[in-house]
Amino acid sequence: MNENAAWTADREALKEALPPLTPHEALVEATRCLMCFDAPCTHACPTHIDIPKFIKKIYTGNLRGSARTILESNLLGATCARVCPVQELCEGACVLGSEHKPIAIGRLQRFAMDYIYCKGADVFAKAAPTGKKVAVVGGGPAGLSCAGELAKRGHEVTLFEKREYAGGLSTFGIIGLREPVVIALAEVEMIERLGVRVETHREIGKDLQLAELQSNFGAVFLGLGLGATPNLGIPGEEQILDGLDYIEQSKMNGHALKVGKNVVVIGAGNTAIDCATIAKRLGAEHVTMIYRRTASEMTAYPHEYDFIKKEGVRFEFLSQPIRVHVKNGVVAGLECVHMVLGPKDASGRPAPRPVEGSHFVIEGDQVVKAIGQEKSSLAARLNLKLHRGYIAVDETLQTSLPGVYAGGDCIRAVGAASTVMAVQDGKIAARAIHERLVGRG
Amino acid sequence: MADLSINFAGIRSPNPFWLASAPPSNSGAQVHRAFEAGWGGAVWKTIGAPVLNVSNRYGAWHYGGQKMLAINNVELISDRPLEQNLREIAEVKRAWPDRAVIVSAMVESKPEAWHEIIRKIQDTGADGIELNYGCPHGMSERGMGSAVGQVPEYCERITGWVMQVAKIPVIVKLTPNISNIVMPARAAVAAGANALSLINTLNSIIGVDLNTLELVPNIGGKGGHGGYAGPAVKPIALNMLSALGTDEVVSKSRLPISGMGGISTWADAAEFLLLGSSSLQVCTAVMHYGFRIIEDLCDGLANWMDEKGFQTIPEVVGKSVHRVSDFKNFDLSFKAVARIDQEKCIRCDLCYVACNDTAHQCIDLIAKDGSVVPPGSYDVRSNGKEAAVSTRPMVKVREEDCVGCRLCFNVCPVENCIQMVEEPPERPSLTWEELTQKQREVTEDWEKMKEYRAKMGIQIH
Ligand SMILES: Cc1cc2nc3c(=O)[nH]c(=O)nc-3n(C[C@H](O)[C@H](O)[C@H](O)COP(=O)(O)OP(=O)(O)OC[C@H]3O[C@@H](n4cnc5c(N)ncnc54)[C@H](O)[C@@H]3O)c2cc1C
Ligand SMILES: Cc1cc2nc3c(=O)[nH]c(=O)nc-3n(C[C@H](O)[C@H](O)[C@H](O)COP(=O)(O)O)c2cc1C
Ligand code: SF4
Ligand code: SF4
Ligand code: SF4
Repeated sequence: MNENAAWTADREALKEALPPLTPHEALVEATRCLMCFDAPCTHACPTHIDIPKFIKKIYTGNLRGSARTILESNLLGATCARVCPVQELCEGACVLGSEHKPIAIGRLQRFAMDYIYCKGADVFAKAAPTGKKVAVVGGGPAGLSCAGELAKRGHEVTLFEKREYAGGLSTFGIIGLREPVVIALAEVEMIERLGVRVETHREIGKDLQLAELQSNFGAVFLGLGLGATPNLGIPGEEQILDGLDYIEQSKMNGHALKVGKNVVVIGAGNTAIDCATIAKRLGAEHVTMIYRRTASEMTAYPHEYDFIKKEGVRFEFLSQPIRVHVKNGVVAGLECVHMVLGPKDASGRPAPRPVEGSHFVIEGDQVVKAIGQEKSSLAARLNLKLHRGYIAVDETLQTSLPGVYAGGDCIRAVGAASTVMAVQDGKIAARAIHERLVGRG
Repeated sequence: MADLSINFAGIRSPNPFWLASAPPSNSGAQVHRAFEAGWGGAVWKTIGAPVLNVSNRYGAWHYGGQKMLAINNVELISDRPLEQNLREIAEVKRAWPDRAVIVSAMVESKPEAWHEIIRKIQDTGADGIELNYGCPHGMSERGMGSAVGQVPEYCERITGWVMQVAKIPVIVKLTPNISNIVMPARAAVAAGANALSLINTLNSIIGVDLNTLELVPNIGGKGGHGGYAGPAVKPIALNMLSALGTDEVVSKSRLPISGMGGISTWADAAEFLLLGSSSLQVCTAVMHYGFRIIEDLCDGLANWMDEKGFQTIPEVVGKSVHRVSDFKNFDLSFKAVARIDQEKCIRCDLCYVACNDTAHQCIDLIAKDGSVVPPGSYDVRSNGKEAAVSTRPMVKVREEDCVGCRLCFNVCPVENCIQMVEEPPERPSLTWEELTQKQREVTEDWEKMKEYRAKMGIQIH
């Protein structure tokens, strides 16, 4: 990898937070695992990694076999080991959870993955070519997983990615504290070694049309992810920084990121928490998160909420931004209005409504918005059937266009979007595409 | 508070715990510190013939993250000059009149050699002598140690020489490297020994280094069998102890037995007492944790005795020996089945896989709706903690099919979660011995056995 690349500019304060387990720690933890049969942790993992199997292999010192076990179910095991909300997934289901400490599955997974990546060894041999061609659009977890799974089966896969690097949000969007850029890019390289051709700066809908792909390839997979942060539609919005850009800069060009003294973050999801963390870690004196509902409606995971409170971030619940105050061309504060919760809305959460005359101003010199991502507008332009704004798919993840499949955030109309779900989608679609190309078996 | 003191063949000590003859009792300074820590006695590291030791003497068997489940050694008897050992033995005994100081000895198989060493030991003022017929390596190649212990006639002859000059109690220490432990024990009885002790170490090879392909431990490119001791050997020691307790000749002799082999805790010690030891020796556990373990050995044993209402050690000794029996005397009608406490069960399914793959296929996975489901019967699209935990089937024993093998009980990681519940017998009590006497043909012919089972309603799943 190019040592001079921009992403080496990770700031010290945002270096990966958890140290790797030492071999001794890994052994002790692996020994603690009971080796459950038909293990609940495996069920809880969206990619159903055979967790007791890979842990047992750590215990026996067969690290290569351990890594292979993980990668067989999840090609992005190194990213997932770091970013998965394990409390809600595998570790949350560990039988040792109720009375003991659950097994640190994520960290053991990282141990095995670090081993194989440090060795520079590949666990899969290239399959004999089938002569079938597949196009994958989008180099995020969904696209990489699908591409890799198809390459493993001997198909000729070309992955088109609009940005400079593949990896999607793993590269650009996940805070460095959780996953350094190098890890995401090492996985991209591993997928390339499986035989996938990655073409960056290729954007479907712009320099590349879906129809072309449909005629030149046996099947197409779309892993487009989601779009930009939506507009709030308030005066002074042009002064507000986009949370996704904020995170991206902290990862790719950390030293250029200017963090305010007094930072206000709009939103209370996981992205908002990441923005607040960055602000705090890079020197902001005060960080305030504002959210129009209360702590109980927050979409951030409970462990994330606990974490950010410990970082010293303040919360203004039941507050909605109204306008950005600007003095002499610089941000001076964010005017908000207090809210009350009414009856449940379409999302099943109580709908907030403003309290007449309750305006107040939170002082600040930087405002960041992290209120989710817009649904991909491309999907509609590609003439795909949509479901609640997301690409509609069937059981096998095929879209309304035969031979065109989709997965990852761009189809996730229900449930929490996460990397590991995107990886699983890639796997499911790859299986279906394979069957489509060569028949069952 | 229970009285832990013992009188073992005339050797008294304030508690039943002695250092076994081994590295912990190698020198006066060590035994002195052990006594300060509270050890009731010490069997001095074997003295006798001149030796030279090698390095990389100890190997160990580690398992499941637990260090030193057993140790293995190619150490010989004491390599310190004989005179120095004898002087220190005398000094220690003088300083600690209330403790048991026993000296282990091993010399060439000549009467003069044995007479001389016994006299020297007696001159130290020691309380007793232990004859080391057990060392399984090195010494045995020179016709000593287990080379003696494995041949009952040698055992008897040498013990006889010793008894000719012995004025203090003589304990014969047996080697477990023999197919029937009773034979050398009877030989010792016949020669007039005052007591027995067992077990010495077992022949063993710890392993092979997978990087260098050398043996473990590596002694200049070679390795070989060494003596095995520590927690892993306890069940073997208990069996051999029981074999002596149930042997007619040995038990009639009423010779006291000093038990050892894997004692690490007071609970291990209590089991040795119950199966007939009246003094206890410890080596590996001390080598692992130091002399300080004596505190809980005594404290735990005393508390257990108080709880059980035992006031003295002799009240405990041999209390379970009458239960030691042979298969032919077991009640074939005794019935126990496994039952799972659903409140305690953590649903690891280890009992399920054990029973299903290797026992009698009588544990079912029961889904929420009460139906029996195969493992992994969830939709692969389902995931997350909630789905995994809330849909996990429960494990249930089909008691009518359970043969009571007790495998599941053994694998269950949760204390008291599976119980082997005693069921009322379905048939009158009957042992194999009785069956053989009453209906020998049933025990010899499968066809007759089938008829017998049909008649008695014995179903095998
Ligand atoms: C700030 C943030 C933090 C997160 N933290 C976590 C976390 O800790 N744990 C977790 O599990 N999940 C986390 N997520 C969610 C997770 O990152 C996503 O669920 C996951 O990346 C989805 O993968 P994907 O492949 O569907 O989409 P993406 O990762 O978004 O990848 C889509 C890719 O497609 C490319 N693309 C888009 N349009 C085109 C086009 N027209 N032509 C070519 N290429 C195109 C994009 O450039 C991108 O590379 C986080 C998300 C955000 C925003
Ligand atoms: C390193 C080592 C050296 C030993 N040396 C002797 C010895 O010199 N004489 C002897 O009678 N037994 C010797 N033994 C055997 C012990 O006295 C004892 O019988 C055996 O270790 C079983 O007890 P344990 O399980 O508590 O260790 C030795 C054991 C070990 C581990
Ligand atoms: S549930 Fe926990 S103990 Fe059981 S296999 Fe999974 S990690 Fe191991
Ligand atoms: S006792 Fe044996 S047969 Fe009965 S349930 Fe347990 S494992 Fe199965
Ligand atoms: S082994 Fe014990 S804890 Fe595990 S499923 Fe069986 S009964 Fe439950």
